[in-house]
Order: sequence, then C-alpha cells, then structure tokens
Amino acid sequence: MADTSNSPSEPGSKLQQAERWLDNRTGFKGLLHEVLFENVPGGSRWRYVWGSTLSFFFVVQVITGTFLWMSYSPSTQSAWESVYFIQHQMWGGWFLRGLHHFVAQAMTVLLVLHLMQVIIDGAYKAPREVNYWFGVVLLLLILALSLTGYLLPWDQNGYWSTAVSTNLVGMSPIVGQAAQTVVVGGANYGHQTLSRFLALHAGVIPGVIILFIVGHVYLFRRHGITPAKPLKGPDEGFWPEQILKDVVACLAVLLVVLFFVVREHGAPLGAPADPAEQFSAARPEWYFLFLFQMLKYFPGKTEIIGAIILPTLLLLTLAAMPIIGKWRLGHRFNLGFMGVMLGGVVLLTWQAMAADKNDVEFQAAKATAKRDAARAVELANGGVPITGALSLMRDDAYTRGPRIFSQNCSSCHRFDGHDGLGSPLPKDSISGSDLKGFGSREWVRGFLHADTILTSRYWGGTIHAEGDMAMWLADHAPEDEDEQAMRENVVLALSYQAKLRSQSALDVRDSARIASGIAFMRNTSSGCAECHKFQDVGTDSPELTDWGSREWTIAFVADPTHPRFFGRDNDRMPSFGTEKTLSQREIEMVVDWLRGEWHTPKATAAKP
Amino acid sequence: MSETQKAPDRRNFVTKVASIVVGGLISVVAPVAGLLTFLDPLRRKSDTRGLVRITSLASLPENGEPRKFPVLDTLVDAWNKTENVPVGSVYVQKTGPDTVRVLNSVCPHLGCSVGYRATTQGYFCPCHKSAFAIDGSIADPKSPSPRAMDELTAEVRDGEVWVRFQNFRKGSPDKIAV
Repeated sequence: MADTSNSPSEPGSKLQQAERWLDNRTGFKGLLHEVLFENVPGGSRWRYVWGSTLSFFFVVQVITGTFLWMSYSPSTQSAWESVYFIQHQMWGGWFLRGLHHFVAQAMTVLLVLHLMQVIIDGAYKAPREVNYWFGVVLLLLILALSLTGYLLPWDQNGYWSTAVSTNLVGMSPIVGQAAQTVVVGGANYGHQTLSRFLALHAGVIPGVIILFIVGHVYLFRRHGITPAKPLKGPDEGFWPEQILKDVVACLAVLLVVLFFVVREHGAPLGAPADPAEQFSAARPEWYFLFLFQMLKYFPGKTEIIGAIILPTLLLLTLAAMPIIGKWRLGHRFNLGFMGVMLGGVVLLTWQAMAADKNDVEFQAAKATAKRDAARAVELANGGVPITGALSLMRDDAYTRGPRIFSQNCSSCHRFDGHDGLGSPLPKDSISGSDLKGFGSREWVRGFLHADTILTSRYWGGTIHAEGDMAMWLADHAPEDEDEQAMRENVVLALSYQAKLRSQSALDVRDSARIASGIAFMRNTSSGCAECHKFQDVGTDSPELTDWGSREWTIAFVADPTHPRFFGRDNDRMPSFGTEKTLSQREIEMVVDWLRGEWHTPKATAAKP
Repeated sequence: MSETQKAPDRRNFVTKVASIVVGGLISVVAPVAGLLTFLDPLRRKSDTRGLVRITSLASLPENGEPRKFPVLDTLVDAWNKTENVPVGSVYVQKTGPDTVRVLNSVCPHLGCSVGYRATTQGYFCPCHKSAFAIDGSIADPKSPSPRAMDELTAEVRDGEVWVRFQNFRKGSPDKIAV
C-alpha cells in the first residue's frame, strides 16, 4: 500500500505502523484520548457511575431491541403470536425478551438514582442548566419508550393498560382527542396502533434519545463533572479508575437483571388481547403504579387534576430546579421537593400494591389471567390459524367454559362453591346444585342420598326438594348391607351413563357392578324405571338413558323444559338454547368444561 | 499515555486489566442473547411432507403434454399452521396408462418459476433462459441451470395422482433436499 504519511521509515511493529496509518487518516487517537482522559477532580467515586450505567444499558436495549425487532410482527393477528414464538420457540428467545424487559425496569431505577445524585450534588446549577434540561427530556423519552413497548406484545395487560394511557392523552385539553386518534392510528386499537407504536418504540424515540444523549454527554464534557465536596483525594483519570467503577456498577445491575430473567424465565406474556373480554387484572408497569393510584384520589370531574395537571406541575417544578436553585434557599427547596416527591411516589406505589393484595376480586382476576396466559401458549403450541391465537381462545372450553358459567349459570349454580372463575358468591344467591363433578360417582353418590340431596349442594334450594325424587329417596334409605351395595351399584350405573372420560377406566373395571345397577334401574316395579324412562323401559322424565352424558347435558341446558327432561316440573332454569341466550357452541363449551373434557392440541408448530 | 497518570503504575495496570475484563464481560451478554435468536433458523429443519393428492389421472392429456397444478397442503410458517393452502406447484404429465412424471415447477438454477411452451414442447425459464426438454432434462447446453428440473416421487392410486412435494437446493449440480 502506498503510504503517504511520514511513517515508512519509522520503527515499530506492524501493529504500531497500522495504528499510525489509521490515526493519520482519522485522528482516532486524539478522539479516544478526549473520551477516556477526562479529569475526575477529587478522584473516581461510586456516586458518579449512574450516567455511565444508563448509557451502557441504553446500548443493551438497542441491541436486544434490534434483535427482537427481527422476529416481531406488528399486526393484531401476529403481534402476540410472534412474541409467543420468540418466547417459547426460538433459541434463547426467552432470554432475549427477559433481558430487554428487565433492563427497561432497571433503567427506570437508574434514572431516578441519576436524577437524585444530580439534585443532591447541585449539578443542575449554572452553567449546567441546559444539560440538566436535556436530562429531564431524556427521562421523559425513556418513560415514553416503556409506555409504547408495553403494548407491543398485544396481550391482555398491554392492551388494556395502553387503552387507559391513551385515553388519558385524550383527556388533555384542546388537542387531546386529536392526539389520541393520531397516536392510536384511528378510533380503535388495531393494526395501525401496533405499527405506529413499533415505529415510535423502535425508531423515532430511540433516534431522538440518541441525539439528546450526544448533547447531554457533550455538555457534560464541556463543563466537566460536578465534584461532590469535600474532595476525597487527588484527581484521577476517567480511564481507568472511574471506568472500573462504572463497569463494576454495570455488572452489579446486570447480575440483578439476570437473576430476574432466569427466575421469571423471560418476560411475562399474557393471553392475547381480546377487546370483548373484561380484564380486571390490568395494571401498568410497577413504576407507573403511583400515577395509577393517584387517579383514585381525584374522582369524577376532578380526574384531570390527578391525570394531567398535577403530573405536569411536578414536571415543571423539576424542570425549574436550576432557576429555583439560584434563590437563597433554592437548593434546599429543591432537595425538599425531591424528597417529598420520592416519598409520595413510594407511598402511592405501596398503597396501590397493598390495595391489590387485599382485593379478593383482583387476586381472582390475576389467577384467571395467569391461567389464560398458560392456556394460550398450550393452544398456540399446536399451531395458530391465520385468524390469530385469539380465535383459538374464543373456541376453548377450558377458558371460555368458566366465563360462560360465571355470566349465565352462577346466579343459581355454583362450581365448587364459587362462580366458576374463583370469585365467591353471596350465600342467599344459591338455588341450583353445585355442578363441580356433575355426573361423577362422587356427585351422584351425594345426589342419591336422602339427606345430602336436600343440602344446597344439590336440590336444597329448588322446588325439587319437595318433589317425588327426594321423597322416594327418603322412603327408600338402604337398610342393610345388601341394600347399601345395591345403592352403590346404582350410583356406578347412573354415573356410567355420563361417560366421563376421566372415569372410563373405572367404568371398565366395575362393569359387573354397573350391570347389576343397570338391572335395578330397569326394574319397572321397584327400580328407577318405575318412574323414569330408561333405555326401552319406563315412561316419565327426566330420561335416564345416557343421563349426564355430553349430548344429554347439552340438550338439557338448551331446553330443560323439554319433555325428555324436567318438562313442566322445571324449576327456574332458563332454556338457554331455545331462547337463544347462548349459542350451541357456547353450551358445548360450558358442558365440556364441566366435564373436564377440553381439547388440547399436540405441540406441532414448527418444532425444530 | 503516562503523562496524565499520577497513580503508581502497578496499581494502574491492575485497574486497566480489571476494567477491560469486566467491561468485556458485560458487553457480550446482549449480543450473545440476540445472536442466538438470530441464528435460530439454522437449527430448524424443513418439514417433511407426506404424499399429497394433486389431481385425477383423467384430467391429464393422453398425449403426455404437461399440466401445471398447485400443491395444496398444510403450511407451517413460524407460529402459523394453515391447512390446505398452496405450498408450491408442479407439472404433471402422463407417461403411460397409470404412470406419471411430476416436476417441481421451480428452476433449479436460481428459483424462478419455469413456464411450459407448447410450441417447443419444452420448459423455459424466463429469468436466465434455461431451457429444459419435456422430461425435465437440460435441452440447451448453454442453459445456466446446473441440473435438470427436479423430478418428484409420485404415485398413481385409484386414478388419483399423489406426490411427495419437496424443494431442492438451487444452483447446485446435485439434487439436495432443503
């Protein structure tokens, strides 16, 4: 290579020659010197590490975010699905997501520490005001990143929390409505919301942040560090003394982050967003909980105070600190203001958490959300149709069944004492039977017993308590061991009609006893067929052939007043099918859920 | 370098080494996590398909002229699994009373879609002008395609044509399944 510099005759190794060649053309040594050999008055200190850690973790977010971006697909039918794919199918995907998620949380903490250190050391004072304002803008931009990133997985929590935050934007005076529509990309949340949020989250905001970081660091270098008095020792260089402290601080934070990444196995992913599905477990990220809690103190028309006016005032005071600091007691005021604000945030956050912890309904909603999230993954493992994972969830007996039960059945019935979703029911609301284990031996055993049938678990709250069945049971209590055994055989035989998959092995094992029970049931003079229609004998309803089977139960729920079932003796049970309260599929799902027989696909999706 | 350093050299050296080691350690975590997912496609094997029904034998011309058909099968694309969608297309020609020849319609050169020309009774790739005879072999020695068109395993069962649809590596003289 023709070297035009003055170096060919200079001694030195090949590496040194190459270094000189490059330096002649780029001046990189001078730049490096500029970057590394900043003087640190009074020597390196741990309290100076926050700016460096923030820069480092911002770079980590850019790297992990870019890789996530390569696998993410922003649309309502593919956002959750692609995030699921990253989290559960891709090599190390959970780790990548977890790192991005928990570093974001760590950065919020680091931002607060950095701001505290700046305020305590008075580093906002002249001539560093502009740099301080750059920092305040950076704080807001980072929070905007976390707000936009929360929506991207398009899960229930992200969806409903973002609905709240964008509706708050809509509450702002004058331009609020227009701003909300523009940010959301329309009146409703959809494809455009996701593509806009992704562009903001991965492009616009990081781009602006980089500009501000460059300005922030430039101004910092221009004015130098604000040494905390008293100085602890002689000056040191930024390299290597302060850098060592910086990287050790980064390592410590990283270790904490890694602990959470491994413990949580990545980042949380809820069930896919469903605009039609109430989500009572919606909460913002923990560092926004104080804002969430603050809203509670401003009910009705005063809401705008808590949502917009107060946060804006706090922010303006924060921004005004360099000016306030000039007054005689200004710095003390700033310190006091910071202390009160931080104390308030901690108090409000604690209040929000404590309120949730003691909220039975919230805890039940959280448990449901957790179960739905796990179920969505289970269903998606079998391959997602192009209509999206939500269509799998809407057709899923395991998660839809209890909801349908809670909304339509639990005003009379219970499921294991609750409403199907884990919420307790008022005692006086109970009239119908508890349907947990309906058709099972255990359930039938309790039913075919003179005492227990009159409890609220079965017919205690219905008109059937005074009906023929309860009377027959009272008159025919088994008196000796033989009668006991026969009653048990009838229990097995009746439960066998339900054809529960969970009982199929037992039904095969006890086939002899079941046959004996069936013989009793068929007896038209003293057995069940004395009244009930059973197979080809008996006449009256409810029919016991296939009693409690999937088909029988679906037909029963559709129309209990049908002559095959209660007919005119029906108590208060509505005809959910013939009255079109529920669709055929909804009845099927609630029945499948009661029977514990939902379909779980085999994991096939693109496994390596 | 030493002009700005006031601390003793030995301690300074240890500090430098420690900075570089710790700095290096914390710097590799994010890129490594990203690279793992980035390289994830390398460990995924293409799905092997079973026999797919293409058409009925009766729909093919008796004179052996090829007909093009889409291959409809289950498509697994990352998280999506879709039944009965086009996964490719094939040329099918009748070669006997119950035998067929099935060619993948994609050019083995660089993957363009090959057309059939009745006038020349052969296949022709519009991208780089590879020409193939009616049996799929290279017709013109100047063709850039390194091998003949890819013939697929096919069966005739009860008058129906069934094919094991596969794609092969492009640009290689050998027929290597992908």
